[in-house]
Amino acid sequence: MKNDAAPIRVMMTKLGLDGHDRGVKIVARVLRDAGIDVIYAGLHRSPEEVVTAAIQEDVDVLGVSLLSGAHMPLFGKVLDLLREKNALHITVVGGGLMPDEDVAKLKEMGVADIMRQDSTPEQIVATIRRVVAERSDA
Amino acid sequence: MTKHDIFQPTTLKKLEKQFADWEANELAESLERRGESKDEFRTEAGIAIKRVYTPLDIADIPPEDIGLPGQYPFTRGPYPTMYRARPWTIRQVSGYGNAEDTNARYKYLIAAGQTGISTDFDMPTLMGYDSDHPMAFGEVGREGVAIDTLDDMEALFDGIDLNVISASLTINPTAFIIYAMWVSAAKKRGYDPQRLMGTIQADILKEYVAQKEWIFPVRPSVRLVRDTILYSAEHTKRFNPISISGYHISEVGGNAVHEVAFTIAFAISYIEECQKLGMSVDEFAPRLSFFYVCQADFFEEIAKFRAARRVYAKVIKERFGAELAESMRMRMHVQTAAMTLTKPQYRINLMRTAVQALAAVLGGAQSMHTNGFDEAFTIPTAEAMKLAIRTQQILAEETNVTSIVDPLGGSYAVEALTSEFEAKVFEMLNQIDDLGGAIKAVEAGWMQRICADTAYEYELRKARGERTVIGVNKYVEEDEEPADFAPHPYDEGTLERQLARLNRVRAERDTASVQAILERMKVIATDEKQNLLPVTMEAVEAKATLGEICDALRSVWGVYREEPIF
Ligand code: B12
Repeated sequence: MKNDAAPIRVMMTKLGLDGHDRGVKIVARVLRDAGIDVIYAGLHRSPEEVVTAAIQEDVDVLGVSLLSGAHMPLFGKVLDLLREKNALHITVVGGGLMPDEDVAKLKEMGVADIMRQDSTPEQIVATIRRVVAERSDA
Repeated sequence: MTKHDIFQPTTLKKLEKQFADWEANELAESLERRGESKDEFRTEAGIAIKRVYTPLDIADIPPEDIGLPGQYPFTRGPYPTMYRARPWTIRQVSGYGNAEDTNARYKYLIAAGQTGISTDFDMPTLMGYDSDHPMAFGEVGREGVAIDTLDDMEALFDGIDLNVISASLTINPTAFIIYAMWVSAAKKRGYDPQRLMGTIQADILKEYVAQKEWIFPVRPSVRLVRDTILYSAEHTKRFNPISISGYHISEVGGNAVHEVAFTIAFAISYIEECQKLGMSVDEFAPRLSFFYVCQADFFEEIAKFRAARRVYAKVIKERFGAELAESMRMRMHVQTAAMTLTKPQYRINLMRTAVQALAAVLGGAQSMHTNGFDEAFTIPTAEAMKLAIRTQQILAEETNVTSIVDPLGGSYAVEALTSEFEAKVFEMLNQIDDLGGAIKAVEAGWMQRICADTAYEYELRKARGERTVIGVNKYVEEDEEPADFAPHPYDEGTLERQLARLNRVRAERDTASVQAILERMKVIATDEKQNLLPVTMEAVEAKATLGEICDALRSVWGVYREEPIF
């Protein structure tokens, strides 16, 4: 359960070799400016590293930004690892560049939401707050 | 007939008076009837823009700074005849799947009229991993072409006449290996290396700042660049061993001044490193090449290209004491700005790109890639690239803009902006000198911070509607139809085919001799003064894989890890 007073904790990550980090840094900053507790895990991380770090840091949200096109295999691995490690209480939110049909599939696989190109700062903050609230209600 | 010299002191005095009168009368009346849309007008880089420019704005510019095309300081273009003698090279990027897939794309684009080749590699190739490495998971052949061994490289350029068409290779930390493979493949086909035309990007310093492809720490990585420049100066004299790139600095967030200042600061560092080994600047500078973006701010971009050439010429001559004109002449490849292209109303990307391409031509580019209308979807389809080629052909062959060299030369506004831009670049170069040079600035994350800040400000301006992005924050269509084209698909069979060739090469080669070469490479790597290129050539010819070569050097130098700042 999320205590209302505690700030939301988000870990922003990039997976695999994708170096497009303009977006992830903007999202991290937008969230920080909105009073959310943000960690940015940096570039070139494997799904194992990211999932382990998210558990250690006890985050509410694992934000994954991908523009490399490798989102289907990489998100698949992250979700499998979260399940394996009994960490499905961590909400996964994705963003970046991906086609509509993949977004639908990723949501079916368990990604809470996906925010793509040209999402505004307000939309990003609202989405993070919403998915955390939905999780706490569940 | 009387000759009116507009720059005579008496004429300028008269003009000053005329200008003051105009401000007091025509302008004041007009502003009273209808104010202007903004209180202040600025370029994207923040340079204040005047309402109108007059001879007064350029009277102080030394005429020799403007000069003539093909003459120091090359403001008006690197060559005297420019497009009248030789159109710019139409050079579209290709790269996906296995070497055969990309080779087929090259041939399609050549048939459509492209006059140069440009290659994008997949992430494992860019980052120094073989296709079967765990970090390559999901990425083989996806964002570019997969290259593991010399055999891939041979397939990539199969049937392409390297004496007729020049090849550009977008490759950075592994540039020394890809260069060695490319030269070896060409030699096997009987080409004389000294006649090969081509370019590798190999600009590692901008990787740490902008494109984020790296393997080793900064210093040994710069050494590899130095080794490649010096080796190429001796063995492949017509090849450009580096394309110092502002494009990525801009696309990660930097403004036009950052783009040019960082680029030239990086050039200074590379030159200094080469000089430390006793080479004179004129021995290698003629083959240093550059790569810029052309963003949407039309006149700023034109001024940028002109100012970049001028600053560079001055730096090479005054700071390094070069004597050859070829050393001072900045030659540039230009790509239109992918960051300006949108998914909503994606067809309008064609118009954006055409306007940016025109600015690049008016700015004097030597070579160009125009982006596809499908830029915001995935890597481009063949159809999108053909339209992009047609855009360049329209400019080159239908508009007649190519008949006049530097047609905006002498424009009060463009000359004034060019000079102001130059001053801003020199200011920033001084700042970088004060920090101890570009290598130190990169290690300290100074440029990274500037780019992240500028990117964030851009995002906020966009969100507030101060920076118009049509289809996104203006003229938005709520019920846009889904895309009516099929974006480029990823072929799931790519990995299997890639591994089949990789495994065959590993099985057929003499692995013991590969290992012996790699051991020797490790020893050479420990001696800063030695050049790693000869042993790299040996390694690729013995069919060492790209990943094995990188692993050998990783074991000596360690790896780079970025401090995650935001
Ligand atoms: C800028 C850019 C670059 C820059 C990147 C600079 C940097 N360090 O970030 C440079 C020039 C270096 C570059 C290089 C390459 N690029 Co590039 N690049 C782009 C471009 C033009 C824009 C991306 C961008 O930064 N947008 C601005 C940011 C702010 O938007 P964003 O990341 O989408 O983030 C927003 C939202 O998505 C959301 N968001 C993002 N993540 C998250 C996460 C969460 C949790 C949430 C809630 C929200 C969220 O919030 C942000 C704000 O709205 C795109 C095409 C396009 N127009 O989209 C191609 C593109 C992504 N690149 C591409 C390619 C192929 C490459 C290269 C591999 C080319 C090559 N082979 O050499 C290299 C690889 C670089 C690397 N190391 O990975 C392809 C990817 C193809 C694919 N996925 O199928 C694209 C689509 C271009 C194309 N059509 O070919 N690129």
